[in-house]
Amino acid sequence: MAESHGEAKGQKAGAHTETDGGHHGGAFPPFDSSNFASQLVSLAIAFVALYLIVSRIALPRVGGTIDARQNKIEGDLAEAQKLKDESDAALKAYETELANARANAQAIGNETREKLNAASEAERKALEEKLAAKLADAEKQIATTRTNAMSNVRGIAADAAGAIVQQLAGVTPDANAVNSAVDASLKG
Amino acid sequence: MKIDPIHQFNIEPLFTLGHIGNHTIAFTNSSLFMLIAVLLIALLMLASGRELVPGRLQSVAEISYEFVATTIRSTAGSEGMKFFPLIFSLFMFLCVSNLVGVIPYTFTIASHLIVTAALALLVFFTVLIYGVYKNGLKFFSIFVPQGVPVYILPLVMFIEVLSFFLRPVSHSVRLFANMLAGHIALKVFAGFVAMLGFSLGALGWVGGVLPLALTIALYALELLVAFLQAYVFAILTCIYLNDAIHPGH
Repeated sequence: MAESHGEAKGQKAGAHTETDGGHHGGAFPPFDSSNFASQLVSLAIAFVALYLIVSRIALPRVGGTIDARQNKIEGDLAEAQKLKDESDAALKAYETELANARANAQAIGNETREKLNAASEAERKALEEKLAAKLADAEKQIATTRTNAMSNVRGIAADAAGAIVQQLAGVTPDANAVNSAVDASLKG
Repeated sequence: MKIDPIHQFNIEPLFTLGHIGNHTIAFTNSSLFMLIAVLLIALLMLASGRELVPGRLQSVAEISYEFVATTIRSTAGSEGMKFFPLIFSLFMFLCVSNLVGVIPYTFTIASHLIVTAALALLVFFTVLIYGVYKNGLKFFSIFVPQGVPVYILPLVMFIEVLSFFLRPVSHSVRLFANMLAGHIALKVFAGFVAMLGFSLGALGWVGGVLPLALTIALYALELLVAFLQAYVFAILTCIYLNDAIHPGH
């Protein structure tokens, strides 16, 4: 760098002395000071024009496009996130609803079962009572029948005893004595 | 056949615009190529679409925008974005004109020291004026590095001041010398091909293969240099502006 710099300076000095003699007289063009003014003026015009175009129109335009794209991407991502959240919420709501429905169904099932159990229990009880009553009736009837039968047995026994006594002794016994004897025998 | 590698740098007045003092102001081939560069940049930045999904031309425009913006943010911070239009203009002007200049028979604007010096001085005075306007006398603290022992401080300050004022020189000569040397080398090697072909006949055609291969390699290098020097110019501008924005660092 330093070398080329020194060389450039040396050539610059040379160019200056040469241009004193005449333009384009073999001078190294980059150091020919006769065209410096033209180049500076056109550079100034071109660069100012470029700067104005770039700063006023080109950069805001391209920057705007890039920003718009960035915003669009961010917006789309946010939208996607929002939709995802919504679907998550919907899924959660659905699951809650499902759990509720399940619990409800279970409750209804339990209730029905209990109701049915209670009804059948009541029916069973009623039936049992009816059966018990019938049983009691039947027992009463049996007892009556038995008592009747027993009194019949007593009569028969008294008759038989009277008949036996008559056959054995040839005497008709007193009915009251036979009865009390049968009674004593039955008791014993 | 004579090789004249200097001819490509000649300034040819196309027509006269006017006079300032005793200077004739002409519209030259240099002016023409400045105009072409400005028109190409305007075309790129304004004719490209504004689609959500960019096409090729729009991509180039947006990549240039993002490239320069990223460069400024990384070297001069977000405050440097104040100078975005200036740095974008400098970078695009130099990059486009350098790339146009590599096409044969065109003219390279940056191969003239007066142009690069004018642009470097523009940057230099922008830094100086903005630095003093924004920071006042604190701006000159860039000449006083921190943590330097007192007894060598005067020497360091002298070097800092000198290097500050030599900045426009290195800034402009770097670009100018690169473009000039590259174009001369390219012209010399390309000239060898033609010279061998014309003077030695069939043997020359065979011998010309080597300089032709070199010319192709140099051309590729020059394409890189054309972009790289524009980038170097722009990034140095950012670094210098960073001094004006943050003189404490």
